[in-house]
Amino acid sequence: MIKEEKLNLIILLVLFVIPFLAYLFNEPYLTTLTTKIVILSIAGIGLNFILGYGGLVSFGHAAFFGIGGYVTGILASHAQNSEQMFFFLQFDGSNQILFIWLISIIICSFIALLIGYFSLRTSGVYFIMITLAFAQMLYYFSISWPAYGGEDGLSIYVRNVFPFFNTMNPINFYFICFTWLLIFLTILKIILNSSFGLVLKACKENEERVKSIGINPFNIKLISFVFSGAITGLAGSLYTDLNRFVSPSVLSWQMSGEIMVLVILGGVARLYGPILGAVFYIILEQTLGGVSENWQFWLGLIIILEVLYARAGIMSLFLKDSKS
Amino acid sequence: MTISLFIEQILNGLQFGVMLFLMSAGLTLVFGVMGLINLAHGSFYMIGAFAAALFAELTGSFLIAMIASFVAALFAGALTELIIIRKIYKRDHLDQVLATFALILLFSEGIRWIFGAYPLYLDIPNSLSSSFNLPFEIIYSKYRMMIILVGIIIAIILYFLISKTLIGIRIKAGQNDREMIGALGVDVTKLYTIVFSLGAALAGLAGALIGAIQSVEVGMGEPVLILAFVVIVIGGIGSIKGAFVGALLVGITDTMGRFLLPSFFSYFFDNASATSIGSSIASMSIYILMATVLIFKPSGLYGVKK
Repeated sequence: MIKEEKLNLIILLVLFVIPFLAYLFNEPYLTTLTTKIVILSIAGIGLNFILGYGGLVSFGHAAFFGIGGYVTGILASHAQNSEQMFFFLQFDGSNQILFIWLISIIICSFIALLIGYFSLRTSGVYFIMITLAFAQMLYYFSISWPAYGGEDGLSIYVRNVFPFFNTMNPINFYFICFTWLLIFLTILKIILNSSFGLVLKACKENEERVKSIGINPFNIKLISFVFSGAITGLAGSLYTDLNRFVSPSVLSWQMSGEIMVLVILGGVARLYGPILGAVFYIILEQTLGGVSENWQFWLGLIIILEVLYARAGIMSLFLKDSKS
Repeated sequence: MTISLFIEQILNGLQFGVMLFLMSAGLTLVFGVMGLINLAHGSFYMIGAFAAALFAELTGSFLIAMIASFVAALFAGALTELIIIRKIYKRDHLDQVLATFALILLFSEGIRWIFGAYPLYLDIPNSLSSSFNLPFEIIYSKYRMMIILVGIIIAIILYFLISKTLIGIRIKAGQNDREMIGALGVDVTKLYTIVFSLGAALAGLAGALIGAIQSVEVGMGEPVLILAFVVIVIGGIGSIKGAFVGALLVGITDTMGRFLLPSFFSYFFDNASATSIGSSIASMSIYILMATVLIFKPSGLYGVKK
């Protein structure tokens, strides 16, 4: 039983050390697995920002994860084949990862602005459903649009290029992802402690009161939604580079469900909750997957037990000042 | 494009629509009465289809297969409600989404465990496998016509059940004020179990009816589930009438979109790109419809604003 800050530090330290251990014991697969954990954590903390702190249950965050992934895949595949992207513009895509990140964030923010603008007019179950519908829209579009592989997905063969670093080295790529995780954790911590963060939490508690002190909750929620979409989108971009492949499955509703499950498993409205959720999720997938083909059956059982009996998430199991 | 082809597509849309109605009726009642988001509703659709395939194999009778699908889903629904669902009525939407998401995993993997990973096939009975001729030289499958009829009959039965019988009045009262009907001596817990199982049974029947046209496989329920959500959101959550109108709207929009949009775009583009643009937009059409409805009527066509 420890304090939350201490637990957070331990989580980061463990994540920091694992790839070195993996290198020492010559287990490169472990590094890849941990990279996956870090990327899913980024996607999770993006969702947790609005879900945990703003009370906005988005069931369509795969939209941003997938768009980030496809932006990366499309830019890289054009660069590799030196194909012009637009018939009116001389632009052959890019394999510069910094540029790709920038474009992914811009496009995901824009899409989040559109989806958020329409979805946030509704609330409760309608909000859950309309975000799901927007993600499904993009999913079916990615399946039926033949230019970038349609249902078969799009391979990019090599990772995109980071200045002075060989991204094909698993440890290098891991630390790029890890740095992003640290950056977002820091930014979110600052935001959540600022007056903006306070207003966002207040919107979850009582929107009428927020209105009565002269703040428009819609704007606060929209800005947060855009920010959340951009974070999850960047995770999607990293995910494409990790796998060197992107397919419509990153836009599927199962993906939205998976991101949501790891947020809730870890502990809603705890900054480091999604990381612990992702760790737990991947460990379950790996161990149960090794024991039984039907590992998802056991995953389902564990989630149900968690919902029924351990509602505050895994984080709270370790914490002294457990808030339920 | 001939007029007979056009009417045939309308009928296909109608058939798709009534099937969606069977799926949505339970979903919308469960949400309206108990305030529960049930993602696992698609699993009952799948259970119904598997039960039908099994009993068709065992008995050779299509009718028994259909009854089996209804009964199997009814029991699966009742069991799920008794063991798990009744514990999460009072929880927030987040917990409900998570728990029922987990139920999907349980049901899908459970079925895969029992029946294996390969799809099963359920054959259309011989008496319904042919087509018949309608006016205007329309030839239409008897089986699909039967689905339309079954759907409409069930819609009528549900209408009478909700508006004329005691249980229907209780369901409607439950939507309005849960505490009040409890205080008036209605056994709310039992009412919830009945509504939930009945909804599940209708989904199971829908799964069996469609299972004969498509294959019976694990994961068949989820795409339909999401369409059913689109339907009830368009119609307004809790409203059976809304579910019916929404289901027909979605069914016809989807079918006609796939049929008409490619030829519409061929006026502007060459054939190959018209087909790809047309079918891409067609696959998005119902979601566009839903977003449009929600933008103008945030609680659906027949929804009550709370």
